Amino acid sequence: MEKTYFSAAENEVKKVKTHIEGFDQISRGGIPYHRNTLIAGTSGCGKTIFAMQFLANGITCDNENAVFVTFEEPPENIVENMRSFNWDIRKWEEEGKFIFVDASVSHEPQPTGEYSLIALLTRIENAIKKVNATRVAIDSLGSLLYQFQNDRIIRRELIILVNRLKQLNVTVVMTAERISEYGEISRYGIEEFVSDNVIILRNNIIEEKRRRTVEILKYRGAFHQKGEYPFTILPRKGIVGTSLTTLKMNQPVSAKRITSGDKKLDRMCNGGFLSGSIVLISGATGTGKTLLVTEFLKGGVEANEKSLLFAFEESKEQIVRNASGWNIDLNEMEKTNKLRIIALYPEVLNLEEHLIEIKTHIENFKPDRIAIDSLSALERMSSPTSITEFVIGLTSFIKEKQISALITISAPTIMGAGTITSAHISTITDSIILLRYLEYRGCVKRGITILKMRGSFHDREIREFSIDDKGIHIKKPFKNIQGILSGHPVEYMYDVVVNERGVSKEVSNILDN
Amino acid sequence: MNKKYLFKLFIYGQSDDCKNTIKNLRNICEEKLHDDYDLKVIDIKENPEEAEEERLIAVPTLIRELPAPERRIIGNLKDKDKVLAALDLIE
Repeated sequence: MEKTYFSAAENEVKKVKTHIEGFDQISRGGIPYHRNTLIAGTSGCGKTIFAMQFLANGITCDNENAVFVTFEEPPENIVENMRSFNWDIRKWEEEGKFIFVDASVSHEPQPTGEYSLIALLTRIENAIKKVNATRVAIDSLGSLLYQFQNDRIIRRELIILVNRLKQLNVTVVMTAERISEYGEISRYGIEEFVSDNVIILRNNIIEEKRRRTVEILKYRGAFHQKGEYPFTILPRKGIVGTSLTTLKMNQPVSAKRITSGDKKLDRMCNGGFLSGSIVLISGATGTGKTLLVTEFLKGGVEANEKSLLFAFEESKEQIVRNASGWNIDLNEMEKTNKLRIIALYPEVLNLEEHLIEIKTHIENFKPDRIAIDSLSALERMSSPTSITEFVIGLTSFIKEKQISALITISAPTIMGAGTITSAHISTITDSIILLRYLEYRGCVKRGITILKMRGSFHDREIREFSIDDKGIHIKKPFKNIQGILSGHPVEYMYDVVVNERGVSKEVSNILDN
Repeated sequence: MNKKYLFKLFIYGQSDDCKNTIKNLRNICEEKLHDDYDLKVIDIKENPEEAEEERLIAVPTLIRELPAPERRIIGNLKDKDKVLAALDLIE
């Protein structure tokens, strides 16, 4: 029993795990134990789901039984609405683990003098005793207040009710309706005063994209993370936090090398990519990003590693056909179960859902390496904040699992440098490889260079490469050309090869001797 | 023989407030219905299942079960005019 609750520090308030992915992290352990917590939010923000999930997870994960007090919807409707999350409430009722207190009255009783809510409290107490419940949800306080509108007694009685509940050794979540996303905490302005803790769920539209967030506003005497954290509501799962910014950066660092799929590129990387690292490939359209991805997958399969591709730009058929143009048979590889290709249109899901989808595929397939082609396609349909959260969420997830990843980004202009990508991504990735077009003596050539590689020496030259039916061919460094990265290559005439020490070969030889 | 009116009054415990509520109701009934009513007083402190059965929220709650349709009012029945109106007892 004791293991259900944990506290970060000795003097910290005990908490009850919600088992809602992500929430237990930001709340540093869950909902404060034996206290009441208000879940406030506008209509449709997921309050009832949150409350029910807290109870459902208590039953399925911790063997804690539950009481659900409903003022709003009759139990039949709730049972029906929650079915899509795989919560079989009727079964739990039969097993004596769950009980409804139905206070969803349609008629408004006429007060004819003083009254108290002790009848309701009696019913709740009775229900708690019946199933031996330790978790209680009340949905919603606003509906109760509405039933007894314009009545001074109800406010006093509500305070009494909440205080009595505290003495029943249960952990309570109560929902409250809000009118706007940023404004008064609750509609009646009283709900938050009777609560020890306040959690706010938001359902904003930013740049035409829905963005759900959870914020812990007040946790009396307990530590928690501040600010808004994104979440999503998924069928079969319910509320799932999509931000992993709270995860500790304790991934082990590997010195093991894995092949990029191309021997020359491996050599440029001082022996290959680092295992478990995240490599970003940035280049304009047609520079060969998808080819490098294909080589990367092939390299994995040949090294007997499992490879997983998430393709957001082309259909599976197109990818397979392209690869066959480089004499790589992806279909054959998929048959050996060493490769899996997941092709999705970016617009099918929102970013949070994509992240969950990607994670689910990774959990199922358990790859050693993954490739995402391309991140830009996902960026197209998201707001800047959500793409940052997506990248952080994804990278910390795959880092934790020590999966190597290759991610492609489309540079916006053909010749120029443009941005590698929005700044947030380049700082998270371990290595960055640039692919560039350059105009040289009237021809368009391709150049490849490694911009950075964390924890490893690497080639600093910009090398020419070509693509034919055998794949990629990395050649010698460009000589006598400056300004490739800036997009304005200029040939200079004196024939001196400058190395990374900034001196010519001749000078270098003298220095070394 | 069956009476025309059947009331159920739900109270919690045996406090003076409860006794007053019962007295208020009795007075109204005697005055308006004379002998043509039955009254059941139910203490939910003793019988919590009754509260669940009737889905009560507040006490005191008065339910007029007969004649149909059912009428419900809450409060200590001090406001006689409101009680009469809610129970449809105004001639």
